[in-house]
Amino acid sequence: MSEKPYLHIPHPAARPGEEPDFGYLKLSAAGSVKRPAVDTRASRLDYLAQGLVRVLDDDHNALGPWDPKLDAEKLTEALKYMTLTRAYDERMLRMQRQGKVTFYIQSLGEEAVSIGQGMAFEAEDMMFPAYRNQGLYILRGTGLVEMMCQCLSNTRDMCKGRQMPIFYQNRKNNVFTISGNLATQYPHAVGWAMGAAIKGERHVASSWLGDGSTAEADFHYALTFAAVYNAPVVLNVVNNQWAISTFQGFAGGERRPFAARGLGLGVPGIRVDGNDLLATYAVTKWAADRARSGGGPTLIELVTYRGGAHSTSDDPSRYRPKEEWQAFPLGDPLERLKQHLIKQGHWSGDQHEALEQEYRTKVTEAWKEAVSYGTLTEPPFLNVDLMFEDVFAEMPDHLKRQQQELLDIFGASS
Amino acid sequence: MSRMNMIQAINSAHDVIMEKDPSVVVLGQDVGYFGGVFRCTDGLQKKYGEHRVIDAPIAEGGIVGVAIGLGVNGLRPVAEIQFADYIYPGFDQIVSELSRLRYRSAGEFFSPVTIRTPCGGGIRGGQTHSQSPEGIFTHISGIKTVMVSNPYDAKGLLISAIESDDPVVFFEPKRIYNGPFDGDPDKPSVSWASHPRGEVPEGYYTVPLGKADIVEQGDDLTIITYGTIVHVAQAAAKLAGVNAEIIDLRTLMPLDVETIRKSVEKTGRALVAHEATRFCGYGAELVATVQEECFWHLEAPIERVTGWDTPYPHAFEWQYFPVQKRLAAGIRKVMEAA
Repeated sequence: MSEKPYLHIPHPAARPGEEPDFGYLKLSAAGSVKRPAVDTRASRLDYLAQGLVRVLDDDHNALGPWDPKLDAEKLTEALKYMTLTRAYDERMLRMQRQGKVTFYIQSLGEEAVSIGQGMAFEAEDMMFPAYRNQGLYILRGTGLVEMMCQCLSNTRDMCKGRQMPIFYQNRKNNVFTISGNLATQYPHAVGWAMGAAIKGERHVASSWLGDGSTAEADFHYALTFAAVYNAPVVLNVVNNQWAISTFQGFAGGERRPFAARGLGLGVPGIRVDGNDLLATYAVTKWAADRARSGGGPTLIELVTYRGGAHSTSDDPSRYRPKEEWQAFPLGDPLERLKQHLIKQGHWSGDQHEALEQEYRTKVTEAWKEAVSYGTLTEPPFLNVDLMFEDVFAEMPDHLKRQQQELLDIFGASS
Repeated sequence: MSRMNMIQAINSAHDVIMEKDPSVVVLGQDVGYFGGVFRCTDGLQKKYGEHRVIDAPIAEGGIVGVAIGLGVNGLRPVAEIQFADYIYPGFDQIVSELSRLRYRSAGEFFSPVTIRTPCGGGIRGGQTHSQSPEGIFTHISGIKTVMVSNPYDAKGLLISAIESDDPVVFFEPKRIYNGPFDGDPDKPSVSWASHPRGEVPEGYYTVPLGKADIVEQGDDLTIITYGTIVHVAQAAAKLAGVNAEIIDLRTLMPLDVETIRKSVEKTGRALVAHEATRFCGYGAELVATVQEECFWHLEAPIERVTGWDTPYPHAFEWQYFPVQKRLAAGIRKVMEAA
């Protein structure tokens, strides 16, 4: 006689039509988590993976030992980058809706991850981003026109038409190329960091992935290698609660925080309020300093919420409550930083409105320029010859022949 | 010049290139202190230090992924995967990352990783230590694929592979590490001591990637093969009493089409042979190439002799392996046709 099936199938707190419920999120009060010295032994840091490092409280004050004490100029700069990222996203999402680009992924609600963390690194440090780190490219000086041209696969596309939209790169400023295969960049970052250590260079690598991607083997390979060789690397899990339609419980998030994934290997983990720019900056700076001084890897879990759809290919109202983001206890990272600056007297609502207007114009102008270099459907087009280049360092005979075969049939396009 | 077996030649290639280029680093399971389970990296860690010859965790996906990162940071990694049968956890990193970094980034990023891996059967390794997965790799755009058949080529090609800015998967048939194998398992094994290709320069030299070698000149038919089967083909041609032209491809991708074309135009007959399974195997590409290039010169259908389309069985090793007898039968078939 068989019993009823008893497999545990994880369920999110709420599905469409149900009341959002973030009761499962363990929160700590702002300023309450102790900040250890950068050279503290890993075995004494387990608590950092369980708590939630927060600097900004609900009244927009900066509290406690993790307050990075950034000056007003730096904080305003961060606010500007976040605002620009959001303006860029807004425009590009609209352009996708109008059929001008084939696909888009916005980072709505997660801007503090790329900007706060990105600002904590040195220029020589190497970034291995995931697909929702556009803020990192913007922060590292990738022009909006350049990024738009990539999304358009036009004649100025940095990838020469090989990648779908949002798969940017910026070698000059040490930001790696994005892959669609999840978590593959994690071992690259560890390898890069090992290379820095082999060469005796005090540079740090950092990589990002989502809560869902922690289930991939590459996540575990990377952590193992980082631990074994004490690589100078900062590994980040952006826990935005959702991997398309599956909530973070399907990656094992119901049991222990993602920050604790490295503890068995002796890799310290820090769970941080991912919507608190000051906190994201502070923990990242701590981890980068630790790595740079020979203290090895850190795993950071950024607790945040994916404000929009996963991509332009899914409709979140089919799998989660519409008002869930509004109920998220950690709020909107941009709004929180803005309110903090206003409270400190360094910013105002009027200034912010003016900034938003300025960036809307900036983005509109960038778009006008970008499309002047062509789109997928409007000339000028990329030269089709480019399809065969860069497969190898030098084009082998069989590709030359295939290139000729193609040209014989279609002719050169541009 | 010095007498070397294939293990010594591969070891020497590492030594020479590590001496010449300080950016070359080696990593893999057991490659460091122990010098590799097949001894290919013996003594290198002692000579070049633990930061250049690195023992790795048992995680092929990690080894390949980390090697890519080392390469992006300006080093020139040589990764050993202990058996080709265990390369699959690293497959995603090879297919989706290593082979396409240059392409997807329009030349901005690349990683010059060489992946060495012992392959092939004839060593009583059963289905987990005998595979020849080269055809899976030649199907990927963006990596070069090599399979060597002798010590001289092994050293020269490995140096070329490591120096290449393209990623290379470098297959070493372990059956012939210690001596050529002519496909007759009943004969006592021979060493490389008396083989002309066991004569290897001690210093730096290269054998170019993408160039086949004609190991026997002949007029009756062309045998196109690589790896261990090169030696089997030589013996089988004698057994069948034909004057065969035998091509050792050495590099499978990119393929030296010109050498094949010239030879088959001359002989009018072709036999393709490899250890790997037949269906969608590398031989299918060779047959298609001969058909496209030489159809009007062909006097007989092209014959294929390969491993069977089963996993590699432990008990029936010599029925599975393309032994002399099977190659000789294939040769006769090509010769008798039309």
